[in-house]
Amino acid sequence: MHEVTIPIRDEVIRDLKVGDPVTLTGVMITGRDAVHKWIIDTFIKKSRQPEGDDLEVYEALRKLLNRGIIYHCGPVVSGLDTQDYHFVAAGPTTSIREEPYQGDIMRHFNVKGVIGKGGMGVKTLAACEEVPGVYLHAIGGAASLIAQTVQHVLGVYKLNFGVPEAIWVIQVKDFPVVVTMDSHGQSLHEAVESQSREVLEKLWRNPLVLTD
Amino acid sequence: MRQDLTASILELIRRTSTDLPADVEASLRRAQEQEINGSAARGALESILRNVEISRQNSTPICQDTGTPLFYVHHPVGWSTRHLRKQIESAVVEATKLSCLRPNSVNALTDKNAGNNLGDDYFPVIHFEEEEGDTLKIDLMLKGGGCENVGAQYSLPDTRLGAGRDLMGVRKAVLDAVQKAQGQGCAPGVLGVAIGGDRGSAYIVSKEVLYRKLDDSNPDPKLDALEKRLTEEANQLGIGPMGFGGKTTVLGVKIKGMYRLPASFFVTVSYMCWAYRRRSMTVKDDQVKYD
Repeated sequence: MHEVTIPIRDEVIRDLKVGDPVTLTGVMITGRDAVHKWIIDTFIKKSRQPEGDDLEVYEALRKLLNRGIIYHCGPVVSGLDTQDYHFVAAGPTTSIREEPYQGDIMRHFNVKGVIGKGGMGVKTLAACEEVPGVYLHAIGGAASLIAQTVQHVLGVYKLNFGVPEAIWVIQVKDFPVVVTMDSHGQSLHEAVESQSREVLEKLWRNPLVLTD
Repeated sequence: MRQDLTASILELIRRTSTDLPADVEASLRRAQEQEINGSAARGALESILRNVEISRQNSTPICQDTGTPLFYVHHPVGWSTRHLRKQIESAVVEATKLSCLRPNSVNALTDKNAGNNLGDDYFPVIHFEEEEGDTLKIDLMLKGGGCENVGAQYSLPDTRLGAGRDLMGVRKAVLDAVQKAQGQGCAPGVLGVAIGGDRGSAYIVSKEVLYRKLDDSNPDPKLDALEKRLTEEANQLGIGPMGFGGKTTVLGVKIKGMYRLPASFFVTVSYMCWAYRRRSMTVKDDQVKYD
């Protein structure tokens, strides 16, 4: 078991290999579909002008994401009316939707780890090698279990995106993940995908006889 | 005026979101025992089962994606569906306030989250069916977006798959859907399959079959054999829990045959994640029971 503290040093990342179980401790942020698109459009492609608190949030993100972690998660949060926020349920969401954006965001902010589920593609894998960074797989649906590792909600940005899409700043302790894409070009997802395709093609050739 | 069921429906939502049905949990336990000790697949199932226990104990959502609430209301003559709809909607709003449901209804044009899980006539999804007898039954399923996204519909013949208009073609389509889904639908999942219908009706039926118990049998022996065969073959793909590789990729397959047009032959697959949240309540003589 690798016990990793955030912010993360490059040597720690290079030491992580596909299949390694890891626990994370420190401060991370959540971000999913709306956040990724907003960052790319406003600060990387610059196809839209910053407005409202955009620049202020960007400055906060630069600090939080440098050697930091982004967690693909749309939590269930209590205390919305009192602003005494607590994570009630907080498992990962499917990461592949961020594939068009993730690599560029990792490079832009020096992001060391992306947590989600289902894995990501070649663009993100390339960014993992360069930055360097890792893709960390949390257990999809294990929302109550993971929420217990979230000790404090330190703040929230872009709550106007909606509760699931907002940027939640959280302090975690022993947050459990598995490395499924490392900084050495290895991806468990690529391996499982190609093996399962081979099996599928073999199954195609079997006849179907159903006895009733 | 019939009794107000809002509080009972709220309890149905709470149970569905926080307490995984016994047949699903038992199936996950069997799956865990089959995976190799110390493997990522086994670790995933151990976490899943621990999460199921914590959620039940603490009455917190099993999964943060509390999905689209899908209600099927089977009611005797004399119930007002308009009143029932209002009661279901009130219960959904209250369940959201109590953190049993995540605010999940987003206007697709403005991106605004309504904040209370209400939207239009289709969110939450409510089906009404008037039935014989004097018992009212409400089935509820919470189906998350990750697994909904990997659902698929095939129009046969499909030349890419070499799938014709027969059960062999159906089998190819279903296995293709499982292989494409990889771990993204939160494997091990359960497949609801409709053969025939039109594009709309088939997707509805592919979800309706998911109200069946995991360990039941299909009344049609041929489809029963196909369900078992597809379960076994999907598990040979080796995708495993969370797509980590392993023996359990699906927990079961449920199939229904429908009528189709001469020109159409759809195979429609709804993928339900392992967090297979479905429960029901019955109301008879003012007595409410939950299953």
